[in-house]
Amino acid sequence: MAAATPTSYTDRVIYSEDVAEFSPAVIDEMKMHVAKYPPERSRSALIPLLMLVQRERGWIDNPGVNFLAKFLDLEITDVWETATFYSMLNMRPVGRHHLQICKTLSCKIMGEPDITDHICSKLGIKPGETTPDGKFTVSLVECLGSCGTAPMMQIGFDYHEDLTTEKVDKILDSLN
Amino acid sequence: MEIRAIGCEPLSLKRVFIKDGHTLKVYRDTGGYVSLKKALGMSQDEIIKQVKDSALRGRGGAGFPTGMKWSFVPRDSPKPKYIVCNADESEPGSFKDRYLMEYDPHALIEGMIIAGYTLGSNTGYIYTRGEYKYLIDIMDVAIAEAREAGILGRNILGSDLSFDIHTHTGAGAYICGEETALLSSLEGYRGHPRMKPPFPAVEGLYASPTIVNNVETFTSIPQIIEMGGIAWRDLGTEKSGGTKLWSISGHVKKPGVYELPMGYADMEKFIMEDCGGMLRDDKKLKAVIPGGSSVYIMNAGQIIGKNVALDYEGLVAAGSMLGTGGMMVMDETVDVVETTRNLSEFYKHESCGWCTPCREGTDWIVKIFNRIDAGGGRPEDARLLLDICDNIEGKSFCPLGDAAAWPVQSAIKQFPDDFRKWLVDKTTGNGVISPNV
Repeated sequence: MAAATPTSYTDRVIYSEDVAEFSPAVIDEMKMHVAKYPPERSRSALIPLLMLVQRERGWIDNPGVNFLAKFLDLEITDVWETATFYSMLNMRPVGRHHLQICKTLSCKIMGEPDITDHICSKLGIKPGETTPDGKFTVSLVECLGSCGTAPMMQIGFDYHEDLTTEKVDKILDSLN
Repeated sequence: MEIRAIGCEPLSLKRVFIKDGHTLKVYRDTGGYVSLKKALGMSQDEIIKQVKDSALRGRGGAGFPTGMKWSFVPRDSPKPKYIVCNADESEPGSFKDRYLMEYDPHALIEGMIIAGYTLGSNTGYIYTRGEYKYLIDIMDVAIAEAREAGILGRNILGSDLSFDIHTHTGAGAYICGEETALLSSLEGYRGHPRMKPPFPAVEGLYASPTIVNNVETFTSIPQIIEMGGIAWRDLGTEKSGGTKLWSISGHVKKPGVYELPMGYADMEKFIMEDCGGMLRDDKKLKAVIPGGSSVYIMNAGQIIGKNVALDYEGLVAAGSMLGTGGMMVMDETVDVVETTRNLSEFYKHESCGWCTPCREGTDWIVKIFNRIDAGGGRPEDARLLLDICDNIEGKSFCPLGDAAAWPVQSAIKQFPDDFRKWLVDKTTGNGVISPNV
């Protein structure tokens, strides 16, 4: 979905055999997800766990994938096979605040282009890029189910709806 | 944004207007879980009959009769059976399920438990699109409340029924709204659709009998059990039973989620009066996509003065489809070539890449639109686009291909003047579509 998240495995330049480590609390959270599915079907937890890895590490990196392969008793390529399909899973690091602006029809006709231009000129980057200080990434994404409150963007998991340029300024100023 | 019922008492939206309606206590105080108790005293066949009588059709877009879908489940199969809620609401223009889950999560739980009882299942999953994280949190709280109260888990309300529900997050993929792709995703794989048959009712999750229904479909079930199938059906029309949630967006004064009885008359009144009319008074209505981006776009002439009934049959008669009820309204400032390009980009991005017609076709459609947008439109482009659509429609592995073709086909058919502006004959300087389409 996001322009900043190329979904090609070959796009990756960082290779590592390191295995990520997680705190006992995160491991418990992962086990809670695995327990939702029949014992022989633990692969079902893969996407929820990839989301957790991303929450903890910021993106889907090799050590995180290596960890999941061990944790769920899968091949490393099984994990990559699934991870590279889903647009919310970042295949590259993103900024601390990931601004995902909805570009689909209702947002488009309700002012998305102005919002995107405003954000990009304010941050000095183009969609798909991250600010040099690593604070912001801007992505254009497909419909986020917020058409009645268009235009909108999602920052992290927070919905920001009925956007105006003034509202955008306030939101950006409030983020640190 | 508006949330209201018009032409009926709020039924699906009832608890939007009740303070703390999302909590178990208020849900029970306002008639919640009464239907579950009633259902537990009914036979499975009787419940399926009520659902069939209600003429409830799947609210996720395809509109398949729910009672019939349920009757396909082999209840005597020794395999475990699964109840899966499709909360992967991703169809551009649709945003109704969000509000059901936010304001009335227990109605979803109650509908799923009744389905579990009816079909002999002990386990349900709610597959929610990853972006709706806040709704997964709301559902987790509601599920925990229900477990605590003995409404989920072993021996529900003192009966023999054991049933539990788990939330499951997606991670950004429109295709996972297609039920077999959803099941692949729920098993931890890429969201690729599967061959049908076997249908999920026979071989779904983990190759076991599985029912996949939309959020609004499940939340309708307690209403049907409470009122009786026939009475619920009669809220709407004989073939399109009950009420329906509509998501309205675009150039209207009051976008939002509206609950209407099926068969509501008419579409023009709904847009021009109920939704407050056009956003800018001096701009005329130009186009409406009535059922989410995957249905045929309509021009104003198909709506104004045509008394279009808002139900499955009415919208088909008017030249489109009900879909998810995600209605996108556009005024005359909109160029339909640009809006169609926007939707084509969506389908290109969301094509899962599994089958060639859809993967390649959606890519070529976007390439042609990009060339047109850069000023390189040619008179034969309309025919070229239609040729590509013809090679996708009905020839792709799953309905995403059709959904990608229909907006393009209908845009060329209903808005030829918009295309003429872009498709210019370089020798004469005239905008033409050739050969005539």
